[in-house]
Amino acid sequence: MAKDNIRFRTIKDNIFKGLIVFLAFLSGIPLIIILYYITSKGISSINWQFLVNLPKPVGEIGGGISNAILGTLILIAISCILAVPLGIAVGIYLSETKKGKIAYIVRLCVEVLQGIPSIVIGIIAYVWVVIPMKSPSAFSGGIALAIMMLPVIVRSTEETLKLIPNHLREASLALGVPYFRTILKVILPAGLSGIITGILLGVARIAGETAPLLFTAFGSNFMNLNILKPMSSLPLLIFNYATSPYEEWIAFAWGASFVLVVLVLGLNIIAKLVAKKWKVQF
Amino acid sequence: MTEEIQDNVKSRIRKHTKNIGRINISESIFRKILYISGIFIVFLIVGIFLTLLVDAMFAIKTLGIKFLYGITWDPVSGVFGSLPFLVGTLITSFLALIISLAFSLSISIFLGEYFREGIISSILKSMVELLAGIPSVIYGFCGLFIVVPFIRAIEMKLGVPPFGVGILTASIVLSVMVIPYSASLGREVIQLVPSELKEAAFSLGATRFEVIMKVVLPYARSGIFAGILLSLGRALGETMAVTMVIGNRNAFPTSIFSPANTMASVIANEFMEASPGSIHLQSLVGVGLLLFVVTTIVNIIGKYIIKKMSVET
Amino acid sequence: MESSVLRVEDFCAYFGEHQVLKDVNVSISRNKVTAVMGPSGCGKTTLIRCVNRMHELTPNARVSGKMLLLDEDIYSTNPIVVRRKIGMVFQRPNPFPTMSIHENVISGYKLNGIKLKKSEQESIVEESLMKSGLWNEVKDSLHRKGTFLSGGQQQRLCIARALAMKPEIILLDEPTSALDPKATAHIEELITELEQYVTIIIVTHNTAQAARISDFTAFMYLGELIEFGPTEKLFTVPEDKRTEEYLTGKFG
Repeated sequence: MAKDNIRFRTIKDNIFKGLIVFLAFLSGIPLIIILYYITSKGISSINWQFLVNLPKPVGEIGGGISNAILGTLILIAISCILAVPLGIAVGIYLSETKKGKIAYIVRLCVEVLQGIPSIVIGIIAYVWVVIPMKSPSAFSGGIALAIMMLPVIVRSTEETLKLIPNHLREASLALGVPYFRTILKVILPAGLSGIITGILLGVARIAGETAPLLFTAFGSNFMNLNILKPMSSLPLLIFNYATSPYEEWIAFAWGASFVLVVLVLGLNIIAKLVAKKWKVQF
Repeated sequence: MTEEIQDNVKSRIRKHTKNIGRINISESIFRKILYISGIFIVFLIVGIFLTLLVDAMFAIKTLGIKFLYGITWDPVSGVFGSLPFLVGTLITSFLALIISLAFSLSISIFLGEYFREGIISSILKSMVELLAGIPSVIYGFCGLFIVVPFIRAIEMKLGVPPFGVGILTASIVLSVMVIPYSASLGREVIQLVPSELKEAAFSLGATRFEVIMKVVLPYARSGIFAGILLSLGRALGETMAVTMVIGNRNAFPTSIFSPANTMASVIANEFMEASPGSIHLQSLVGVGLLLFVVTTIVNIIGKYIIKKMSVET
Repeated sequence: MESSVLRVEDFCAYFGEHQVLKDVNVSISRNKVTAVMGPSGCGKTTLIRCVNRMHELTPNARVSGKMLLLDEDIYSTNPIVVRRKIGMVFQRPNPFPTMSIHENVISGYKLNGIKLKKSEQESIVEESLMKSGLWNEVKDSLHRKGTFLSGGQQQRLCIARALAMKPEIILLDEPTSALDPKATAHIEELITELEQYVTIIIVTHNTAQAARISDFTAFMYLGELIEFGPTEKLFTVPEDKRTEEYLTGKFG
């Protein structure tokens, strides 16, 4: 009797393992499908013209997505300028202030910020920037994206600095180096790879964001370098074209999706490499 | 070192020591900047909340409490009840969680128990990270062209109006998107289960399956739950993918195949059409406040559970 | 009579309400090696961290009493000034990982923004590395980062870094406890050579080490300075019974 029971339990054990493996890899199927679709449908749209031309009205051939690519880059630049210094400063503050009510509240606020849905951030940027400026603009879009990028940078800075051993700080202080120079010239350089990884991951996250830009940067069909005017971006273009009824535009959307996925995944890979190669040994 | 160099260095040190006063000033400026940056974040959150609250209050003043539980949302006739969107959000999110649960749990167990290291583990880990990295609008795009036709075919077989878009489609797309969040957290807590516990069970003659079901999962239970909450938070706030496949209908969903709207998608669809200062816009901001409050509560609870766990371990 | 470089008078130190140093009185002689030894928790590390005012970096730390560096009250001077005149070497070697060997040696200047000409830099680096016995081993790799060095070499780099500031005193906090016996022997040799250039105070839990390298020894127990005197005398004819018991291993 006992022997039969063991056989039965062993079979259950194997079935379970098989089920787990099966389900785990099944989860990868959507990924493969998505990548396959984007690559196969997008590649055919990619050519030099596609990348450097402006969108043309429906029916005309030879349009491109250059304004969207440039717009994405400009928006990333604006939000980095706003979010990176502030994020690093808050990260330093949190890693240096272990106790205290204020640090606890700040940390809580960063966590709340991280969870705010992107569309709500879009509303906020609209009320705070677009309404006073009486017009959508790349600047307001940059602000929305900066708000989204902030928690990522704060978190990665804080985690990186926490890992730096205390005796490094003491070595610098014992040489008579004042506290602020110790942080700026010893601790921050030692944690640089982690901070840069955080920035890259933050950029990867906002590069693909659409919702905050719907009412802020708003999108445009023209090449625009003026950040006080509406600006296009890859995700906005994909959203508008994919939901349109025109075949050519949908094909463009696939092409733009391909470019966007390459950009986002590329940033993730670079972030991984930076974390590995530039890691400082203590 | 020659005498000359010695003297030069000594005098430079002396000159520098005289500037100590300036160092103290730089020091306090530095500390103040850090402190102000931290406070700025607090002001940011408070500002966000108040901004949403102000417009929401206007909406409630004008529409009364019906804003929260009314089931009709019609900008044309000026009726704004947000219940359809609350329900749409909750149904799609919970459905997405249910669909994804088996998969994310399997990934957690796979990576946390069976294949902790090695090539297979790296491959699956990368796949999960890639899933998390794909932008929402692309999920929506693929959902539109892959899932929608599929659902439409099913609807035609079942004799239901073949919209293709709707609650079910949105839930399916959403379920793929939230897998990485509960999977990663689940993996971490499963890996943290002390091996002494597992070895005690093994030495009593238990199979791997029994150890996982009776020892590992119960021990990691709160962490897994926290991961599910985090996924829920993500699903509640997800905008673009849902907007593209849910069908944009402001009616109360009647079946799993109904087109509908979530709190996020109605804002995305109607915000730019609403005139500034209008009751329509204020109501949309009110929906935004609702969304903000719901997601914040879910996220805080999830993070609190995680913190309690790491204190215990 | 040797001249005194550091005078400690009625010195007490606290962590919050907990008192870790009780009425310490001692005078450290110039250009000599003074060892501070005692069992764990006796306050020896706290004592030297009070000399360069590192103790007060811990929250709730406070002190009372006087410490005079060449007749200047350490606690009335800006701590940064004090720390530049006093060097410290820690238990675990801690060269700055993002800097080269050259940059590590002159880091006391660089981090403080004191500008040095290239010739001055090279001169200081060479002199400090020669004094710490590391020059020959690294003179061809000055611009590589210091992390490839062995533990003993890294510690000598840290000593060179402290020496480069030309301090009055160098404080060594159990500098060899993380090193293997061979590296330990090198460092001990180095310490005895260094006393011609600088006054040395070394904290050690190894009584044999104290006997080997120091001219004067202070024995501490439970926050009090029990006995202080020339090493030979303290080790052979200790005055206090507790000193004798510690030396013979009755506790430790």
